[in-house]
Amino acid sequence: MKALEVKDITKKYGGLKVLRHLSLSVAPGERRAIIGPNGAGKTTLFNTITGLSKPDSGKIYIFGKNVTRLSAYHRARLGLSRTFQRNNLFFNLTLLDNINLALHVNRSPQKARDFLQHWGLYHRKNVKVKELSYGEQRQVELLLALVQSPRLMLLDEPTAGISQGESRVITRMIQGLPREVTVIIIEHDMEVVFNLADRITVLNRGQILYEGTAAEVRTHPAVKEIYLGSAGEEGP
Amino acid sequence: MKLTEKIDFYQKPRDFWRGLITLILILTPLGINSYGLSLLTQVLIFGILAMSLDILIGYTGLVSFNHATFFGVSAYTTGILFYCGWKNFWLTLGAGIAVSTALAILLGLVVLRSSGPYFLMITLAFGQMIFALAWRWRSLTGGDDGLPGISRPDLGLPVSMENNISFYYLVLVFFLATLFALWKFVHSPLGMSVVGVRESESRMQALGYNTFGLKLAAYALAAAVSGLAGVLYVYFTGFISPQELNWTMSGLIILMVIIGGAGTLVGPVIGAAVILVLQNLISSYTDRWPLFMGILFILCVMYARNGILGYFLKLFKGGKNHEGIGS
Amino acid sequence: MEGSQLFILALNGLSYGLLLFLSAVGLSLIFGLMGVVNMAHGSYYMLGAYIGTTLFQFTGSFCLSILGASLTVALIGVLTEYVFFRRFYQQELEQVLLSFGFAYIFMDLSKWLWGGFPLSLPKPALFQDSITILGQAFPSYRLLVILMGLVTALSLWLFLERTRTGTIIRAGVDDKEMVTGMGINIKLYFTLTFALGAFLAAFGGVAGGPIIGAYQGLDFDILALALAIVVVGGLGTLKGAFWGSILIGFMETFGKALFPNYAIFVIYVVMVLILIFKPAGLMGRGKPS
Repeated sequence: MKALEVKDITKKYGGLKVLRHLSLSVAPGERRAIIGPNGAGKTTLFNTITGLSKPDSGKIYIFGKNVTRLSAYHRARLGLSRTFQRNNLFFNLTLLDNINLALHVNRSPQKARDFLQHWGLYHRKNVKVKELSYGEQRQVELLLALVQSPRLMLLDEPTAGISQGESRVITRMIQGLPREVTVIIIEHDMEVVFNLADRITVLNRGQILYEGTAAEVRTHPAVKEIYLGSAGEEGP
Repeated sequence: MKLTEKIDFYQKPRDFWRGLITLILILTPLGINSYGLSLLTQVLIFGILAMSLDILIGYTGLVSFNHATFFGVSAYTTGILFYCGWKNFWLTLGAGIAVSTALAILLGLVVLRSSGPYFLMITLAFGQMIFALAWRWRSLTGGDDGLPGISRPDLGLPVSMENNISFYYLVLVFFLATLFALWKFVHSPLGMSVVGVRESESRMQALGYNTFGLKLAAYALAAAVSGLAGVLYVYFTGFISPQELNWTMSGLIILMVIIGGAGTLVGPVIGAAVILVLQNLISSYTDRWPLFMGILFILCVMYARNGILGYFLKLFKGGKNHEGIGS
Repeated sequence: MEGSQLFILALNGLSYGLLLFLSAVGLSLIFGLMGVVNMAHGSYYMLGAYIGTTLFQFTGSFCLSILGASLTVALIGVLTEYVFFRRFYQQELEQVLLSFGFAYIFMDLSKWLWGGFPLSLPKPALFQDSITILGQAFPSYRLLVILMGLVTALSLWLFLERTRTGTIIRAGVDDKEMVTGMGINIKLYFTLTFALGAFLAAFGGVAGGPIIGAYQGLDFDILALALAIVVVGGLGTLKGAFWGSILIGFMETFGKALFPNYAIFVIYVVMVLILIFKPAGLMGRGKPS
């Protein structure tokens, strides 16, 4: 059984086809990176997988279950969690309340405290999230997706807009996830990608351009030209 | 108490408020003339109404422009039942609340599908539809003449509600009960989830919350509480007309909420007091109250966005447990 | 109902729909461009009707009245935009609340100046009579309303499609950032759109004066219909406002003929159905935010 299976998805906005007959499957426990230039449809793909928007055609399976017609919250309850490209937090609430909400409030209050302790943010628990630094907010973005112990995580550019030091913190957090958790990550920073991913999918104009291991992707000429070349990335 | 300890969501109710409310409770019937008593009764009824709208605007983030609909529909239900010979308070109370809650659920299923500016537009349009309906359905509503001559209710108790002091106490009991219940609500897991919807609906969905259900619950709760206010109002004034369903009334409640401070629950009650006192003062000099209200609306948006309570909270506590609307 | 009666009803529906179009199109464009639901937009219509009536009493000329009233209200629109709305650029909720405040002010001022009694504007001298269409009497003034509405819609379309200013307004509705990125002072176009919207609404108010008149409560009667129209037709487009208006105009007219008291219900039933099945409106593009 696959952790995620996307079959022949098409998504249009107005006249623009953002996803074109896209199919993708990810094995349980896999670490998959999705790369591609801006406008390739990466975030739209995440939105259709999580149920924030509905595809025009095609099917989506999560752990073998057809979720195409399920709403976003149903899918979340199947063990799917995500982070957002732009911080999407409960900005006017304290850090502890953010975690409490992510834990659906009614569970043990100690759990939220222990969780923050574990991730080294306990001392900031009573600070409103909007008053945290951007790097801390980026961590909270990840923590909200983590706290429910999901089976499948979609991370949308978790290191966007933060310093290299902070980026390493986030990368270590992701590396520290239990191996049975499936992680799909959209990322521009190739260092992060090569550090984390088992396999890499290259997206361009709503279609999959190439899929392979990190080493294969690095040397693939079309990928180099479309993505690595245009982004001006150096080899590690 | 357990609940508030468990969740560090907002801070515990301060004794200050309890003291203030007790003070009002003791002082009022003794040291006030009948005009003041009537005004204070009105403040408490509109306080209930403004708190119910604050659940939507301040806590859920739904800026509803037809809150008068639920208030008025419940008042009409009471009035119509009175004309049918229902004199028992508890029956009409139940009926009024039931009708406005049912209407909210039906309407909510439609309007809550949209958000942001669409939500404003659709709620306003529906509010005006129900206003027009009350205007035209003469046989039921009396048209623009309204339903006059509704007498004070029978509570099945040895006290007569024709006495303004006993009616005031009745309203006070309901006011305190509402304040307590809504305070509990906003500190409950459900109330906290509703705030989560205000902060970020998409994040709540990603966390597995049925946000539509949460919004519908808040909408129905707010309608039920404004239904309570509607029943008390119609018994208080003895009269109901389409004006109580009009946009002018909805705007009045919105102004009470934002002038007092949205998302503070108690603030809107202060807002109701300020507006009603001003209305009474200005109306004794001139007929131009709506003009003043419009100006007040604009001044409030331009200079007092966080409301009166928000201002004081900021002063004393660094604005710790206040949220402005639209934040 | 006979065919000829149906035809007359259709003409009535068309003239009413076009009157509504004049108020709805401004609301729709202002929303599309600035994200503001202008709650005072119905008030522009009502002010137009009142001012037009007064101007007619002084001048006796329908043409002067309609132009004078529309220009006056356009000026009011510009002033409110320039002095108040502009301070709250991109703060949509604040702008809505501001416009709500203005709705109170306009309501009370008009009651102060014109009293609580309904006023009616006389028809222009040339259009006093009825003409006979398919054996049925039909007021010639309504034909004039249809003509004015169609000419306005056409010139608006030409303005939006063929002029540089119109193109910028349309581009602004689609993508504000792109327009500002091109170095265009978009605030100028906000003011312009406000002026245009207020002008058209007041124009509709005067044109509707001989049919609907001017009365207390007209502002929100029109606003509610205009909101229904933009919800039904889809926001921010001329086409949506046009077909939405025609649809609502027809439904209100036919509804009134069939069930006189509850015609307004028909409109809302349709609005509910469209909200459920086509949330972006009939002509709407993409998804509503």
